[in-house]
Amino acid sequence: MSPFAVLLELLSWALILAGSGFVFVGALGIWRLPDFWARLHGASVTESAGMILLIAGMCLQSGLTLVTVKLIIIGVFLFITGPAATHAVANAALMTGWRPKEAEGLVGAEPEPLLDEEAQGVRGKTGA
Amino acid sequence: MRKVLALASLFALWLLMSGLFKPLLIGLGLVSVLAVAWLTGRMDRQDGDRLELRLSPLGMGRYLLWLMGEIARANWAVTRIILARDMPLRQHLFRTPFSQKSDLGQVIFANSITLTPGTITVETERGGFLVHALDYSEGDAAALAEMDRRVAAVESGGGG
Repeated sequence: MSPFAVLLELLSWALILAGSGFVFVGALGIWRLPDFWARLHGASVTESAGMILLIAGMCLQSGLTLVTVKLIIIGVFLFITGPAATHAVANAALMTGWRPKEAEGLVGAEPEPLLDEEAQGVRGKTGA
Repeated sequence: MRKVLALASLFALWLLMSGLFKPLLIGLGLVSVLAVAWLTGRMDRQDGDRLELRLSPLGMGRYLLWLMGEIARANWAVTRIILARDMPLRQHLFRTPFSQKSDLGQVIFANSITLTPGTITVETERGGFLVHALDYSEGDAAALAEMDRRVAAVESGGGG
């Protein structure tokens, strides 16, 4: 093996191990954190740092091949869909009346009441 | 011209995903690309809905690099909380304003908030997002305002 290949291999394994570490921390977070709202943040460690580092490490393993292209496409999709899924779960919890436990001395914001179907239709379209 | 470009990029995607150049597979690819083009053309005549990408590519690249730095920092902060013996939490739900004009810009901002561990966009309202923070500090509002400004800059760079 050339020195460059060894370096690449070391970097790749460093990334994969670091990624696995963050996936583990995320799982630990889901287990240790006290309630639903806090646990969402634990999952978020897995899907951001864990995912990015693992995919980067695997890209270095596969080199300049079509596999790398696919890995990058998977990464881009996860980058977009991960937060969307987290948002959907959190939003569903809020809509059904769950509220996070506020820290001492803080008052949580209340969502604006949903008026009717029509109002829901135009929400978020103010800039269109 | 648009159609040709769309067909070419769809077919390029097929080739990248398959990586095989047997006549049968190329033929199947061509058939599916044409079918997709025909189906989307039909759907377009129904509603004429467009997703306009009014973003500056260079600005977007710069923003993504900056976002990666933010993600790294936020991940480290949340990791330290999770591994700490007593897990110091300061949960808070608060409202943060956004200044992006297009839906796409707002989506990018909301997604960026959720991508950085420690903050999650819970609800989108007219003119603002509801954000839940795991370990709220007084500097969070300023940090989100900074992110808001950067996303809005990427958006206006496209000449929208």
